[in-house]
Amino acid sequence: MATVFKKPEALTDAVFHYCPGCTHGIVHRLVAEVLDELGVRGKAVAIASVGCSVFSYNYFNCDAIQAAHGRAPAVATGVKRACPESIVFTYQGDGDLAAIGTAETVHSAARGENITVIFINNAIYGMTGGQMAPTSLPGQITQTSPYGRDVNTVGFPVKVCEMLSQIDGATYLERVAVNNVKNVKAAKQAIKKAFQNQIDGKGFSLVEVLSTCPTNWGLTPEKALTWLEENMLPYYPLGVYKDKYAE
Amino acid sequence: MAEKVLMKGNEALAEAAIMAGCRHYFGYPITPQTEVAAYMAKRMPKIGGVFLQAESEIAAINMVIGAASTGKRAMTSSSSPGIALKSEGLSYLAGCDLPALIVNVQRGGPGLGGIQPSQSDYFHATRGAGHGDFHMIVLAPSSVQEMASFVFKGFNLAEKYRMTTMILADGTMGQMMEPVSLEMGEIESYDKSWCACGGSGERPRNIVNSLFLKAEELEYFNIKRYEKYAEIEKNEAMYEEYMMEDAEICIAAFGIAARVSKNAIDEARKMGIKVGMIRPITLWPFPKAVFNAAADKVKAFVSVELSMGQLIEDVELATRCKKPVLLCNRSGGMIPTLEDVLNKIKEAGGIN
Repeated sequence: MATVFKKPEALTDAVFHYCPGCTHGIVHRLVAEVLDELGVRGKAVAIASVGCSVFSYNYFNCDAIQAAHGRAPAVATGVKRACPESIVFTYQGDGDLAAIGTAETVHSAARGENITVIFINNAIYGMTGGQMAPTSLPGQITQTSPYGRDVNTVGFPVKVCEMLSQIDGATYLERVAVNNVKNVKAAKQAIKKAFQNQIDGKGFSLVEVLSTCPTNWGLTPEKALTWLEENMLPYYPLGVYKDKYAE
Repeated sequence: MAEKVLMKGNEALAEAAIMAGCRHYFGYPITPQTEVAAYMAKRMPKIGGVFLQAESEIAAINMVIGAASTGKRAMTSSSSPGIALKSEGLSYLAGCDLPALIVNVQRGGPGLGGIQPSQSDYFHATRGAGHGDFHMIVLAPSSVQEMASFVFKGFNLAEKYRMTTMILADGTMGQMMEPVSLEMGEIESYDKSWCACGGSGERPRNIVNSLFLKAEELEYFNIKRYEKYAEIEKNEAMYEEYMMEDAEICIAAFGIAARVSKNAIDEARKMGIKVGMIRPITLWPFPKAVFNAAADKVKAFVSVELSMGQLIEDVELATRCKKPVLLCNRSGGMIPTLEDVLNKIKEAGGIN
């Protein structure tokens, strides 16, 4: 009998701890499929960050390092500079990458560090229970913006791909979403390109993945997908924000 | 007899690191250690090494964490305010059991403080280099030669015990020039099968991690680490004794303070005062036994330091306060003079 669907080799047998309807699982699988398809699992080093994906070192079936909050790109830099033949990727959430780790994100891009960054934007701090993120939308109600994000007092969301597109050192920046099958397929292509760039020595690649957090958004998994479509997609348009090597 | 060259402390340390096999240096400019970074910037590209000026002290130590995770010799250097920023990384290095060399060429504090020599990060280095239960091995050089040779010792100890070694120098050690022999030590080699360098194609995957949400598990690893620390306290405490055979007064001092103290001892001896010195070389592990033994022979101790009284606490603890410990100190970038030390020696001996 022909096998038509199986677990990627780049995922371990560990059961994900993610909440029902959370899209981390989809993105983990996409990353793992790409590692398999490009044949780089055996030389990959995953840099886990702080947030819901803190345990990603348990799930990616390769060498892994658990980094301090926001520092994953700096740790990745150290690994890649010490072992240029390895394939190094960070897997970070919005609080990690766009708040506490902004400097590490911006400067690893500015250096054109030959690494791959997978950036999960779900507009909220998930692990700590639903606080306002740098990417929370104007008016969004969270535990620390109980009356809705007031842009007059706490400012506006950070649009990471737009911001990094101004940086000469960045090679490839694309924003994708995993809210439907079509978008999931496109997300995989973007992730694959971000890894292929590293294999080709082309430099810093970041894929921002618009994701859901049904638990902390207070929505069912299905309604969370609708919320993403109606609220996040207009504010965070999908697309390629920079591709240095585009023909 | 090995040939000697005249070198500045910071540069001797940097050259020693290269000779000790370090090819990964991540730094950030701060006075009075910047010569280390400048030397690395010049040398590393010529020998296939990595010099990287990070965007912050925090990023620099996290780059060290990344490079150290691959099993390569990696280091960073800074001065007091920058070392404070690295504290988070020092804690993660400990929690991940990673070997690394960290250099602190101290300046006066607190806050932005000043840029003159100081030893006021003693507590930070020996007590609280970051959050959580952990120690670093702390080496205190007292000459440019030791600035260099402690790099070999530091990397070897770090790899032997899979932990951080800090070289705690004062600004004087970094800035002064002295003849140095470039025969500084041997590169020892230890097991690196734990490293996460992207080799899971050939072996089971390796994980570098400090997160343990189960309290029992975290406690287990902390206890294991402290068993290792107990071994280190037993085996690695280092010190130098000077004129202690018949001493009635014992000076405790390290770094530049030990050099001033040596001169003061020579002067005091001319006056017939029986004074000697124990210079701790490892500030952690503190050479407790030799101080405790001295406490049974001498009348008093004098702690000579460039801080408001930090080393003195370890002397009192090691000697169980069996004898009085006087403090001879300056702070904020000031250095005790020979006269300051001599007067304190006389006070300790009851001579006025």
